[in-house]
Amino acid sequence: MEGIIGYGAYIPRNRIKVEEIAKVWGTDAPSYKKGLMLEEKSVPSPDQDTITMSVEASRNAIKRAKIDPADIGAVYIGSESHPYAVKPSGTVVAEALGATPEVHTADFEFACKAGTEGMFVAMNLVKAGVIKFGLGVGADTSQGAPGDALEYSAAAGAAAFIFGNDKIVANIVDTYAYMTDTPDFWRREYQYYPQHGGRFTGEPAYFKHVTSAARGIMQNNDMKPEDFDYVIFHQPNGKFPFRVGKMLGFKKEQIEPGWLVNKLGNTYSGSSPLGLAATLDIAKPGDMVLIVSYGSGAGSDAFIFEVTDRIEEVRNLAPLTRDLLDKNKNYLEYGEYAKFRHKIRKAD
Amino acid sequence: MRDVAVIGIGMTKWGELWKQSLRDIYVETALLALEDAGIDRLDSMYIGSMSSGLFVGQEHIASLLADYLGQLPVPATRVESACASGGLALRLGFMEVASGMSDIVLVSGVEKMTDVGGDEATYALGTAADQEYEGYQGITFPGLYALIARAHMQKFGTTREQLAKVAVKNHHNGSKNPLAQYPFEITVDAVINSVKVADPLNILDCSPITDGAAAAIICPVDMARKMGKPLIKVTGSGHATDTIQISQRKDMTWLEATYQAAKQAYAMADKKPKDIDLFEVHDCFTIAEICVTEALGIVDKGKGGEAVEAGLTALDGISPVNTSGGLKSTGHPVGATGIAQVVEVTKQLRGEAGERQVKDARIGMTQNMGGSGGSSVVHILERE
Amino acid sequence: MSTPSRYWREIPQRYRLEANKCNRCELIFFPPRLLCPECKNRKLEKTKLTEKGKVITYTIIRVPPAQFSDQAPYAVGVIELEDGVKLTGQIVDCAFDDIKIGMIVKLEFRKLFEVGHAGILCYGYKFVPN
Repeated sequence: MEGIIGYGAYIPRNRIKVEEIAKVWGTDAPSYKKGLMLEEKSVPSPDQDTITMSVEASRNAIKRAKIDPADIGAVYIGSESHPYAVKPSGTVVAEALGATPEVHTADFEFACKAGTEGMFVAMNLVKAGVIKFGLGVGADTSQGAPGDALEYSAAAGAAAFIFGNDKIVANIVDTYAYMTDTPDFWRREYQYYPQHGGRFTGEPAYFKHVTSAARGIMQNNDMKPEDFDYVIFHQPNGKFPFRVGKMLGFKKEQIEPGWLVNKLGNTYSGSSPLGLAATLDIAKPGDMVLIVSYGSGAGSDAFIFEVTDRIEEVRNLAPLTRDLLDKNKNYLEYGEYAKFRHKIRKAD
Repeated sequence: MRDVAVIGIGMTKWGELWKQSLRDIYVETALLALEDAGIDRLDSMYIGSMSSGLFVGQEHIASLLADYLGQLPVPATRVESACASGGLALRLGFMEVASGMSDIVLVSGVEKMTDVGGDEATYALGTAADQEYEGYQGITFPGLYALIARAHMQKFGTTREQLAKVAVKNHHNGSKNPLAQYPFEITVDAVINSVKVADPLNILDCSPITDGAAAAIICPVDMARKMGKPLIKVTGSGHATDTIQISQRKDMTWLEATYQAAKQAYAMADKKPKDIDLFEVHDCFTIAEICVTEALGIVDKGKGGEAVEAGLTALDGISPVNTSGGLKSTGHPVGATGIAQVVEVTKQLRGEAGERQVKDARIGMTQNMGGSGGSSVVHILERE
Repeated sequence: MSTPSRYWREIPQRYRLEANKCNRCELIFFPPRLLCPECKNRKLEKTKLTEKGKVITYTIIRVPPAQFSDQAPYAVGVIELEDGVKLTGQIVDCAFDDIKIGMIVKLEFRKLFEVGHAGILCYGYKFVPN
């Protein structure tokens, strides 16, 4: 059997409230908060990016896995905000962890789905016996254009998962992927901010792919929503995960533990992986967990995990996701946020 | 070893010398020293310059300056030990004359700092720190001394006011020095409320960015005597090093290189701190003077702050420190500073220091320091 | 433009805190040295620094060098790690008023600066409150 042997999260401490952004653009904060079911979002410091957050999340995963980093055979970083356009994030992360040089690294990019992609490949290489341990990370410092609806949600965070076939904390029961070519959200080369298809990102994009992937994996495993203790859906805003859950027949209680978006925002490639980390933080042995990611473009990866006894042993070896989310926060004003996110142009 | 004397000194007014290039400043100053000594030929010359490369993009300045001084093909050597470059130029010249290798040697220093912007100057000065392990972390030159200051305050109870009093004292002295860049008085209040640079140090705790040069001519004492010059002898010389990364020192509040260099100079001159009538020391930051007075043995360890508060190091104190105004008021064209200290002590020993003259000054000490204390050069000068 | 070699060669120290030690003198060197300055021993062993320590002095840099101009003001301190090694580093994720001598901090992987608009990104350690 293969599965997750260690997991770790990382969330920057800076936050900005919806009100603070709404104040600048003259929008109505209460209706945005209600419409998005989102109160605030995380913001990276100028010295934090996909690479630094991936390193910290992975170090937390290694603490829980209690392995020698040199035994990690693959380091996959999924992000739509890799700091370099050309030059891998994965080599920096692998080097910082001490996994180099006998390691395979790759950077994945698939809008918000890149994190679960890395996990999918790392896990399957372990399953195939090619590597002993594989690391998959979802991390983003996502950008929304100033004044765009995305600005209220585009956030920063990372989650890392190490896969192996011994000392497992969550067994992999099955995986499933559902892809079509659907241009609902994109960023062209040399463009600073992404563009999106407005309401087109909903029904034919997010909802179609998430529901299809969820139904596909449940059907293949002869499982129903009530067979799961927890479910995590990609969280572009607060509403979508509940709505898609309802469409599939899941209850609020199954979704809530991994639903971080109201205080975190959309961490893109980190979104559903962070939800999974938060869920593992509270799951009990024997719990069944379904996770369905979504990436614009478009596609969903689905995984079924079964939590093992070992979860109790490793849980407190690294910071809990909710603690990272709720403690030591630092609220920014829009000016500071704009400076941190390089939205202000300085003289050369 | 031959005894060595200073027979000529030269210095022009320091400041932001927009119209003058590095070579202009240097030649004008060196000519003053040659005239003062009454000579026109040199056997050798030393030029202290910390970073002509970063400040004006010019290396190989020893030959350039020998040429513009009309001294080709004289052997000319550029000396670099960060801000202690000038002091080290004197020490090398002293060794060359003492050894009998040369008779008449020009020891000098120059820095042209205002041709770059503030952040570039900050960078250039920061290269005196460990670039890979201090500079890489964003530390600056004031930042290093701020780290020392905070540690000193914590360990010995040195106060913000005591730091300010160093600047006040030196500006008071500098107000009597027509060559000083900032020859005016300041108050403790002004220092404490000036713009923050690297907490707890404010802008008025810091020596300024300065263009300037200083020069001195040295020769064997016997030759000086024949020339009928006032005999200002170099009787002690010391030079020592320490880690340039302050975190690597056992005690960050203690300037070991300065202590070691002073020990050598005191031993060579057979003098003790209380024998010295005045000190010109490296007050690149107010805290530096406090630490230096301790390392030179003027005061006990940890007592530098109290000493300045009590007026011990004032112009009319028991041990006057920085009668010229120090780096703080006179300015700090880094490579020139060590020689400017020799210029001041020579003036004091000759009795030519005007309003700031220390009465009956017979023995003076110079202390010039590189980086955050990674190098230090100390000299003792005596009037015969 | 300088080549990235200078950055690259310090990676083991900056990413993984690799140091070495003299077993005779019980001294740890960071960055690693070729010989022990105390006993001149050249057979130094590889080791790694501990990742927690305390602030022994600090400052707030308000006038930064050129490559840090976007970041100022920022705090820099000297940290004494649990293994006794002292190193200089930025203290981040902390209000300046909360920084105190004796404060316990741990290392985090951060970006130190960028080389211009198009050059390499320079990573390494900084300190955050424990």
